[in-house]
Amino acid sequence: MSNRDRPLSPHLQVYRPQITSVLSIAHRATGVVLAAGLILLLWWLAAAASGPDAFGAAQDAAGSFLGRLFLFGWTFALFYHLCNGIRHLFWDIGRGFELGTVALTGWLAVVGAAALTGLSWVLAYAAMGAL
Amino acid sequence: MAEFALPANSKIRKGKDHAAPDGAGRPKKFRIYRWDPDSDETPRIDSFTVDLDDCGPMVLDAVIKIKNEVDSTLTFRRSCREGVCGSCAMNVDGTNTLACTRFIDDIRGDVKVYPLPHMKVVKDLVPDLTDAYAQYAAIEPWLKTETPAPPDAERLQSPADREKLDGLWECILCFCCTTSCPSYWWNGDRYLGPAALLQANRWIADSRDEHTGERLDALEDPFRLYRCHTIMNCTKACPKDLNPARAIGAIKQRMVARR
Repeated sequence: MSNRDRPLSPHLQVYRPQITSVLSIAHRATGVVLAAGLILLLWWLAAAASGPDAFGAAQDAAGSFLGRLFLFGWTFALFYHLCNGIRHLFWDIGRGFELGTVALTGWLAVVGAAALTGLSWVLAYAAMGAL
Repeated sequence: MAEFALPANSKIRKGKDHAAPDGAGRPKKFRIYRWDPDSDETPRIDSFTVDLDDCGPMVLDAVIKIKNEVDSTLTFRRSCREGVCGSCAMNVDGTNTLACTRFIDDIRGDVKVYPLPHMKVVKDLVPDLTDAYAQYAAIEPWLKTETPAPPDAERLQSPADREKLDGLWECILCFCCTTSCPSYWWNGDRYLGPAALLQANRWIADSRDEHTGERLDALEDPFRLYRCHTIMNCTKACPKDLNPARAIGAIKQRMVARR
């Protein structure tokens, strides 16, 4: 029988989610979100450069409920990508490969990203005088 | 491009259900992947309920019992039944492991048994390892030297240099790590995978080997080595508690250091 006719054994369908692979794909996903968010940031900057009417419209969009929701997601993506990126820097110098360390630094990256996201939103609302 | 769904000929359907033997004290259901190359049917999941009061403690014990007593056509590889040969590597309860060193009692609910993931299936739980062995051969797993050996002695190595091979030589080539790696799933035709790369480092790190530069040259490639994104499923899966991710990291560090 030629190998072409053989079935492929199940992979994503059966492999139990591991903290290792879940955090890894989250790094990839947050990278994509950051790139998409950068385009929106450029649109906001372009609006600011082209005049008060366009900037007002951009501000209204960013300040709407959906706009804030997206900004919240974008800041979490930023901080997760940053924290997990630091793990990658340590791996690049040959440190932190032990399974216990991997789980610990992985959870640190998630908790750290959540804390930094919350902190920056509290600071932002405080700066606006909304708190 | 990565293909996330299973092709049509690999879709799994429901198979036969074998009930527990009469008077079973501790029934446990095993859901096992089956595929018969002599039929035109797609793979199926057969269920076998085993009485754990009348069965050894390991997943392999149950699989052998099923083959002996219920369905002799159930096909799998096994040999040493004590974790040194690497034959009975399979996906048990969602992770890759050796069936002979995995306790049934550690698994909650039904025991799901599949072949090693994202491999061509020869029959039932037997994956085709041809490509994986070819990738192992590609890293040239033997001592390569230029200087002649001493006429009256072996090539010597200090205890400190010998210690650098610990954590590398113990690999039994079961390919639990390689087939747990999503990067290998999507690029297994060009990425060597953690098992072959751990072995590559076993020879790169050997003080007696005189072809370190050529070995690194052979790996300096966007796919062979650098499809490793430090996902670390390999290290999580290894039934011998080795660390392929660290070995691959060590190779990457040498690549930078020699620039």
